[in-house]
Amino acid sequence: MSSIRPVKQARKALLWLLIVFIIATGVLVAGAATGKTAWGPKLALDLEGGTEMILAPRVQGNQTINQEQLDQAVEIIRQRVDGSGVSESEITTQSGRNVVVSMPGTPDQATRDLIQASAAMEFRPVLVSGAYEATPKDKRTAKAELPNPKDEPKNASDTSWVTADLYKQFEAYDCKTELAKGSGEDADPKKPMISCDTGTQAKYILGPQEIPGDQISDAYAQLARGSNGSVTGEWVVVIEFNQQGTKTFADTTQRLVALQGAQNQFAIVLDGETISAPTTNAVISDGRPQISGGFTQETSQALAEQLKYGALPISFDIQSERQVSATLGADQLKAGLIAGVIGLVLVFIYSLFQYRALGLVTIASLLVSGILTYLALVLLGWGMNYRLSLAGVAGLIVAIGLIADSFIVYFERVRDELRDGRPLASAVDIGWGRAKRTILASKAVNLLAAVVLYIVAVGNVRGFAFTLGLTALIDLVVVYGLTHPTLVLLARTRFFADGHRLSGLDPSLLGVEPLYKGAGQIRRFGENAEANRGKKNAKASGEAAKRMTIAERRRAEALQSSQPGKQESKAQEENNE
Amino acid sequence: MNKLVTWGNELYTGKRSYPFTSKHRLWFAIAGALVILSILIPVVKGGFNLGIDFRGGSEFTVSGVQNTDIKIGEEAVTSVASGSEATVTNIAQNTMRVQTERLSDDETLEIARALADGYQVQAKEVTSNFIGPTWGQDVSRQALVGLVAFVVLVGLLMAVYFRTWKMSLAAIVGLFVVIIVTAGIYSISGFEITPSAIIGFLTILSYSLYDTVVVFDKVRENTKDFTKQSRRSFEQLVNLAVNQTLVRSINTSVVAVLPVASILFIGSYMLGAGTLKDLSLALFVGIIISALSTLFVQAPLYQWLRRNDADVAEHTKSIAQA
Repeated sequence: MSSIRPVKQARKALLWLLIVFIIATGVLVAGAATGKTAWGPKLALDLEGGTEMILAPRVQGNQTINQEQLDQAVEIIRQRVDGSGVSESEITTQSGRNVVVSMPGTPDQATRDLIQASAAMEFRPVLVSGAYEATPKDKRTAKAELPNPKDEPKNASDTSWVTADLYKQFEAYDCKTELAKGSGEDADPKKPMISCDTGTQAKYILGPQEIPGDQISDAYAQLARGSNGSVTGEWVVVIEFNQQGTKTFADTTQRLVALQGAQNQFAIVLDGETISAPTTNAVISDGRPQISGGFTQETSQALAEQLKYGALPISFDIQSERQVSATLGADQLKAGLIAGVIGLVLVFIYSLFQYRALGLVTIASLLVSGILTYLALVLLGWGMNYRLSLAGVAGLIVAIGLIADSFIVYFERVRDELRDGRPLASAVDIGWGRAKRTILASKAVNLLAAVVLYIVAVGNVRGFAFTLGLTALIDLVVVYGLTHPTLVLLARTRFFADGHRLSGLDPSLLGVEPLYKGAGQIRRFGENAEANRGKKNAKASGEAAKRMTIAERRRAEALQSSQPGKQESKAQEENNE
Repeated sequence: MNKLVTWGNELYTGKRSYPFTSKHRLWFAIAGALVILSILIPVVKGGFNLGIDFRGGSEFTVSGVQNTDIKIGEEAVTSVASGSEATVTNIAQNTMRVQTERLSDDETLEIARALADGYQVQAKEVTSNFIGPTWGQDVSRQALVGLVAFVVLVGLLMAVYFRTWKMSLAAIVGLFVVIIVTAGIYSISGFEITPSAIIGFLTILSYSLYDTVVVFDKVRENTKDFTKQSRRSFEQLVNLAVNQTLVRSINTSVVAVLPVASILFIGSYMLGAGTLKDLSLALFVGIIISALSTLFVQAPLYQWLRRNDADVAEHTKSIAQA
C-alpha cells in the first residue's frame, strides 16, 4: 500500500509542472503573437550594442541624497533624454546611489551635456510674453520702434532689462525648434533670459533670478478650500519657502501685485524652461504661495514634484561610460551561447558516464530547467523589462553545474539507501527525504548569496546575481516537479527495479546484498556497513538469514533461483573481500 | 564505472577511508602555507594587476580588424591627444584593445573615430569605455559590503540550520581560505582585476559554502546521536561522512567546472579579455579550491573545534578504553 501514495504524488507533481509549463508557454505565445513581446529575451547593452552611462549624483554642500530625490532625478533625466529625441533609452537607479542611462547608438555631445547638467530651478519675474512660434518676418517690430532703455534697471521687474537686441532675439525665437535643439544651457541668474512654456504654449522674456530653487523647503498638491473653509474641489499647488525665500517672495509679490499684464506674472523655471507662470493676486508674506488654475489632481502633483526637486539641485558625475558596438555585442552573445552549449554537452556526457540511464533523467531535468529559464527570462523581460547581459549569461552557465548538483546529491542519496539494502522504490522515497533537506539548505545558501549580491551590486554584477537566483528557484521547481517524480515512477519499472546493469542503480554494483532485505523490514542506517566489513561478513549474513521469517526466506530462495547470474557476481565480490 | 562505483561503495561502508580528519594538522599546515603564500606573492609582485576600471581611463575595443599593427592604434591616440600614453594590445583574432589615461569626452569620441579610420573599419565597430577614477573603488566597496553582509547572514543561517555555531565558524574560516588562495592564484596568473573578476570572487563565496553545506549535512546526519553508539568516535564519524560524500564532491566539482572551463576556453579564444574570461578564471580556480577546502579544511576544522566539547571528549575517551 505504501507504494501507491508516492506514485500518486509523483503523477500530481508532474501534472503541476506541466500546467506551469503550459501556462508560461501560452502567455509567451499570446504575447509574441500579438506583438507585445519578442520570442527571445531582451538583451542588455553589452550584447546588443549601445551606450551605457553610470552617473553618480552630486549634491551641493554635504547633503546626502535619498531615494525619493534620486527617483526625481531619474525622472528629470528621462524627460531630458526623451526631449532630445533619443528613443528607447532606459534610465534606472542602482543600489540607491547611481543612475544608469542606457540607450541604443551613440549620444551626441548635446545629449551628453544635457544628461550631466544639474537641474536648476529658479523663480523669475515675467517682463514680456509672446507667441510660442517666432513672429513672421514681415510682422516683426521695426528697428525704430524697438525698446531702447537708457536707465539702469532698478529691480528685476524693470522693463529696461529688455534691450533692442534681446527683443529682436525674442521675436525670432521659435520655441519648437529651440527646444528640439535641446539648449538646456544654464542662464546667467543675474541677466534676463528667453524662456518657453510648453504647457501654455507661450514664450517669455524673464527678468533676473529672484529666488533660487533651493529656497523651496517643500511643495505639495492639495484641494483648495474656500474662504469658509469648505473644500472647493479645485486642485492647487502649495509651495513652502524657507525663511530667506519667504522674505524675498514677500518683497517680489509686493512689487508684482501692483504691476499690470505680463509683468504681474512670475515664472517658475526648470532647466531654462518655464514650467508654470502664475499671476500674482496678493502679497504673500507667509512664504506659502498657492498656485491655482485648471489643475487636475495629476497635473498639480506633477508640478509639486518638480518644485520639490528644485529644492535640491543635483548634478551628475559620469562614473563610467561604455559604448559597445553592435558587432562586439553579437560576438559576445555568440561566445556565451557556444560556451553554454559546450558546457551543457560536457555535463551530459559526464552524467551518462556516471549514472548511465539515470543520467538521462539528469539530461531531461537540465533541458526542462533550460526551457523554464528561457521562458522566465522572456516573460521577465516583458513584464519587468529585465535585460539579459553577458554577466547574466555567465550566471546561467555557472548555474548548469549548480542545478546538476541537486540531481547528484539526490542520486547519491538513493545509492546510499540501496547500499543499505533497501529495494529501489523505498530507497528513492527515503533517499529523497534526506536529499530534500540538503538540497533546500544548499539552495538557501545560493539564493541568499544571489539576493545579497543583487541588493549591493553595482554595474553588471546585478545581471549575474539575478540569473543565479532565478536558476536556484527554477532548480527547486524542477527537482520537485520533474526529477523526483520521474525517479519515483522509474523505480517501479522493471528496468530500474531489477537493477539493470545500465540503469545506474545496479544493486550488485553498489555492493548490496538483496537477500538480506525482507519486505517491510527497515534496516537501521549503517547496519549494513558493519555487515559488509571484512571477515564478519559471512557470519553476519548467516545471522541475518536466521532472522528472516519463513515467507521471507522463501522469497529469497525464489529470487536466488531466478537470478543465478547475480548470485555469482555477488559470490565473487565476497571472495574478493 | 564499475571501479568508480566499487570505490564509492567502499567509501560508503568505511572499508576504504581517507584520513581527512585524523591528519588535520598536515592539512591545516598546507592550507596555512598556501594562505601565507597567497598573501605574500601579490605583495612581492607589487600588488594586483588592477584593471582599467580601478585606475580610471578610457578603453577602446576595435572589432573586425584586418591589419593588427599596434602602431596604428598608438598614432590614432597621439593624433588626438598628443602626449598621452596609449597601450595597444591585440587581444584576440581581429580585435584590438587600446587603453589610455583619462580623456575628455570630446577626445574619447575623436579617438574612436581616428581608430576606425586607422584600422579601416566602420565607426560602429569601435567600442569605447570611459571609466571615472572612483568607479573601481565603488565596485570594490560594494563588493566588500556584499561580502560582509553575506558572511553574517549565511553564518546565522547555518548556525540555525545545523544548530551549532561551530559548523558556521568552520565553514566561514574555510571560506576565507578559499577566497585568499583563489585571489593568490589569480594574482600569479597575471590577469587583471576587473569588476568581472570581483563577480567571480563573490560567486565563489556562494559556491564554497554551498559545497560545505552538502558535506556538513551528511556530517550532521552521521553525528546525530553519536553518544548512543560506541562503534566509532566522533572524529571517525565525521571522517566517514566526508568519505561517504566524496563521490558526490567529485561529481559536483567536475560538473560545476566543466561549463566554467568551457567559458574560460571560449572567453580566451574568441573574445580575448573581457567579462567572460576574468569571471571564469576566478570561478575555475575557486570551484576547485572550494571542493578541496571543504574536504581538507572545513570538515576537519569542525571536528577539531568540537574535540574538547564535554560530550565529544567523554565519548572519545570511552571508545579509546573499550
